[in-house]
Amino acid sequence: MEAGFRGLTVLAGLVVLAILGLIAWSTTSQAWDAFASQGLGFFTSSDWNPNQGRFGALAFIYGTVVISVIALVFAVPVSLGIALFVSEAAPPRVQTAIGYVIDLLAAIPSVVYGLWGVLVLAPVIGKSFFTAGVILGVMITPIVTSISREVLRTVPRAQREAALALGATRWETIRAAVLPWAKGGLVGAVMLGLGRAMGETIAAALVIGSSPQITLAIFGSGDSAAAVIVNQFGEAAGTHRSALIGLGVVLFLLTIGVNGAARAVVHRSEQAAGAV
Amino acid sequence: MTTTGRYVPLVLERRDDETTPASGGAAPDAATAPAVFDLDGLEVHYGEYRAVRDVDLRIAEHQITAFIGPSGCGKTTVLRCLNRMNDLIPGCRVGGSIRYHGVDLMGEDVDPVEVRRRIGMVFQKPNPFPKSIYDNVAFGPKIGGVRDRGTLDGIVEDALRKAALWEEVKDRLRKSALSLSGGQQQRLCIARTIAVQPEVVLMDEPCSALDPIATARIEDLMQQLKADYTIVIVTHNMQQAARVSDRTAFFTAEVSTAGDTRTGVLVEFDATDKIFSNPGDERTENYVTGRFG
Repeated sequence: MEAGFRGLTVLAGLVVLAILGLIAWSTTSQAWDAFASQGLGFFTSSDWNPNQGRFGALAFIYGTVVISVIALVFAVPVSLGIALFVSEAAPPRVQTAIGYVIDLLAAIPSVVYGLWGVLVLAPVIGKSFFTAGVILGVMITPIVTSISREVLRTVPRAQREAALALGATRWETIRAAVLPWAKGGLVGAVMLGLGRAMGETIAAALVIGSSPQITLAIFGSGDSAAAVIVNQFGEAAGTHRSALIGLGVVLFLLTIGVNGAARAVVHRSEQAAGAV
Repeated sequence: MTTTGRYVPLVLERRDDETTPASGGAAPDAATAPAVFDLDGLEVHYGEYRAVRDVDLRIAEHQITAFIGPSGCGKTTVLRCLNRMNDLIPGCRVGGSIRYHGVDLMGEDVDPVEVRRRIGMVFQKPNPFPKSIYDNVAFGPKIGGVRDRGTLDGIVEDALRKAALWEEVKDRLRKSALSLSGGQQQRLCIARTIAVQPEVVLMDEPCSALDPIATARIEDLMQQLKADYTIVIVTHNMQQAARVSDRTAFFTAEVSTAGDTRTGVLVEFDATDKIFSNPGDERTENYVTGRFG
């Protein structure tokens, strides 16, 4: 029984690794054509011209990063604010009500957010990096809020009481006892939101403007890796198709990189705080 | 300082102006020692459920007062009323009166944050913040407005010395508080509490998670702290109450006639010697002699 359970869990763990490896291998091998023909230019050039066989992805990578950052700038303060309000300040009945609404929002398909962007936001501020970033920010707010709330719930009452018994106000208690304890989990919540924002296709594709360019003008139109994949994949063939899959590989690497960096940040701050 | 215009500061007689008991001497006479707390008809409800009723108690300055009694007798609930920690529990209502140096502790114009600065608390399980040893102790003074590095250093050292922890941690103040042993963590929590310079230290079963050696150290520490602070301790351990306290309050749980609810009541409150050698109530005698509870 014990051995069987052990075998089962080890197997489950290995399946995850196998799936990850398989995805990495199959996408990379299919993208190899593009990587080989474009060389480093795939990552350093922003000249994307399928008709002439030139595939420089830099503008898409740039666009992905820009809209993700904009999304986080909007989503993180709002999400943390809601989560803190719900877990620290709101009366129980309000807590439950807001919890329901947040979970409901998290379940709305992203295309609905995208349509809202097209119908409501785009007519006012145009199709741009900013529009896409805002939509993604709205989209990831519920999930980041929901996870943050769960994380804050894990802070032991003893920690809060320790601060309060020293004459701390609610805010001082949050700063001294709640946030340090929850830090790792909160970074995790933000990372999950960031992952969603980076990989989001439909909502971004509908409002970003679909013109690949590297510019600081965030109110101008741009394009992102996920958006261009969904816009062009249907009619792509040969190296073009391979290049789009290559963009997928880049997204994959970006996500891994961001996650790794976040883990390193949490680890270092935990060591600095001595919470090892 | 968190006191806003809406609140009036608590009136607090400075302890320097009052008769300080000779340290190490006999316990001051409870009848003449000034009262810190005066509880009159205290009762606590959690929602519909009445947890404690009719507690009358006078807690004297520079004494160690112990609350003993079986589980569910309301002793921790009463303790948590003394610094308004029960405010934080949804549905908790406190009735009757608690006077702290004559001021109604539950008065509308009293700021609970200010109350907790003056009346510190040490909890059942050591609960240091996941920060360095130094930052744990410095937290209270910092939120109290102490910014100067040198002053903070002095407060931290002084508090750690008073908590008999300085020699053990002085070379690793920047290390995590969580790297300390359980007994050290609890002394750190005591240091953290006295760094705020409270007048009263409430202790909720402070040794229940500790081994006998760590317990003995905390008990020694309480005797030393008595000269500067008024201490109220809740304990499950009768020997501990007998060893450390000057006065003991025995609580018990009354089961309702329907048999479905229990309400804590104060049975007897007297000098510790008397409670343990010649109690006035049969229920107390049964408890301290181990026939019940």
